[in-house]
Order: sequence, then C-alpha cells, then structure tokens
Amino acid sequence: MADNPGFTVIDGGRAADVDEVEGTTRAQRAEASGRPVAIDRAERAAYLGVSAAERAKALASLEAPDFTLPDLDGRLHSLSEQRGKKVLLVAYASW
Amino acid sequence: MYEELRGLGFTVITVAVDKSADDARPWIETAKPTHPSLVDTAHVLADLYNLVNVPTILWIDERGRIVRPNDVAFGTDTFKQITGLSAASHLAALRAWVRGEAPALPEARIRALQSLPTDDDQRARAEFGLGEWLWNQGRTEAAARHFAKAGELAPHDFTIRRGTMPMRGIDPMGPQFREMLGSWVKAGNPYYRPLAE
Repeated sequence: MADNPGFTVIDGGRAADVDEVEGTTRAQRAEASGRPVAIDRAERAAYLGVSAAERAKALASLEAPDFTLPDLDGRLHSLSEQRGKKVLLVAYASW
Repeated sequence: MYEELRGLGFTVITVAVDKSADDARPWIETAKPTHPSLVDTAHVLADLYNLVNVPTILWIDERGRIVRPNDVAFGTDTFKQITGLSAASHLAALRAWVRGEAPALPEARIRALQSLPTDDDQRARAEFGLGEWLWNQGRTEAAARHFAKAGELAPHDFTIRRGTMPMRGIDPMGPQFREMLGSWVKAGNPYYRPLAE
C-alpha cells in the first residue's frame, strides 16, 4: 500500500479526494457540529449528511425544499422552475 | 389526469427512486409523460422530504409551499387489493384543489400531519449515502454493510430496506421482501402510512 493511499469525503453529494488526516478531520468536525456521518476506515471513505434538525426546520417552514434532478436524457429539472403552478410531486420506484 | 388539469396552472413531477435511470426507463417510456419525469439514484428527494416509502405524494402550491404533506396515493387501482387504497379519493381531492373548488389543508393541520426526520433517520441516510457511493465504485460488499446498517437505524424506511435490495442482488418482490414485510406487519407496523384525511 502506498504511504498516502488517500481518503474520499462525500459532502453535499459531491466526492472529494483528500489525504487520510484531512478526511478524518472533516468527518470529526462534521460530527461535532451535529451532522450525521457514515465512515468506513477500511474503504477509506466518509459520507457527511445533513442533520435532522436542519431538515426538520426546513420542512416545518412548509417552504417546499428545492431540488434539481435529471430526466432520462440527463437534462436537469428543478422544482423552482414550476413556481406559479400547482405541483403534484410523486415519488415512486420500480421496486 | 395531468392532461385534464394541465391547462389550469398545474403540473406533475414524478421522481423515480431507483438505483439507475435504466431501472426507471421502461416505466417512463411506457407512460410517455409530457411533465418532468426525473430519476433520483442518490435519494436526494428522500433526504429533503423525509420519504420512507413509495409511492409518496405531496402537493405544492403556486408559491412553492407544501399544502399537503407526504401522503400515500396511487394513480390507479392496480394494487388496491394489496394496499386497500383506492385511487379515486385522492384524484377527486386533487381535482378540486387544482380547479380552486376546495382549499388545501390549513397550515396548522399540515404541520400536525407532517412527519419530520429523527437523528436516526438522518444517520440511516448517511449510511445509505456512503453505501450508494461505494456501490457505484463497484465495492458492493462494503456497500451492502452500510445498507444493512442504514436499515437497522431506520427500520421503517423502505426506500432503504427495500430500495437497496436490487443493489444487494435481492429480488425486491421476492421471498426476502415478503419475509421482511411479514415480520414488520406482524409487529403491528403499517407498511403504508396514508394521511388520516
């Protein structure tokens, strides 16, 4: 194994390659600030999530959280583009 | 229903909570929808809206406000015998709201009906997120460990427990799903949680 095999931190859905010290430091800092952290030292990766308090506050405001997701052709669409219309949001799955 | 109401300042956005666009492709290509039909492999929507199962529907008004929180509704009666839920009552309520014949729920009622995420829900979503990243790297065994941990943290979250089955080589309609569902229901827990109104 190389001296510095690296570490991946996934934050806000984006993966960044950093060294192990930097990666574990970021994970610890996120955890200390109340964020949920999933870490796998063997796989050298950590995922920094969003706290229940932050998500609950946003939902309780009743302001619909904006999102941007791709269609089948990879074209991105946001909820906010539909402002001015009533929206039925439907989550489903093939499973 | 969309074609009927689209002229009234209304749209539908569908979001497939699936491991890949190809899983959702046959559904979308069969329906040929003209409204946005999106794919959410990373559970972005689940994280933002505290989705724990599908189908889940929400109503959002012209100002971008949630006026009907997470609810269970089907577009057709295909699964009525299994779910006990008929499509008609939701469609009638939706029509009345879109046509302006009936208001949506009052804010206090919306808040009372909302289900907000707990720390364990968000820990489960972080475990899912790490698992999903590992799975996309081809590190499927490590991914499966994090999916399992996520399921233990949030046993009511079937976007995780059932939704990751195809990523773990498990048939999401097969015996392992039926066993999971059976013990969940036997313990007195509902699989679908439609709103009381």
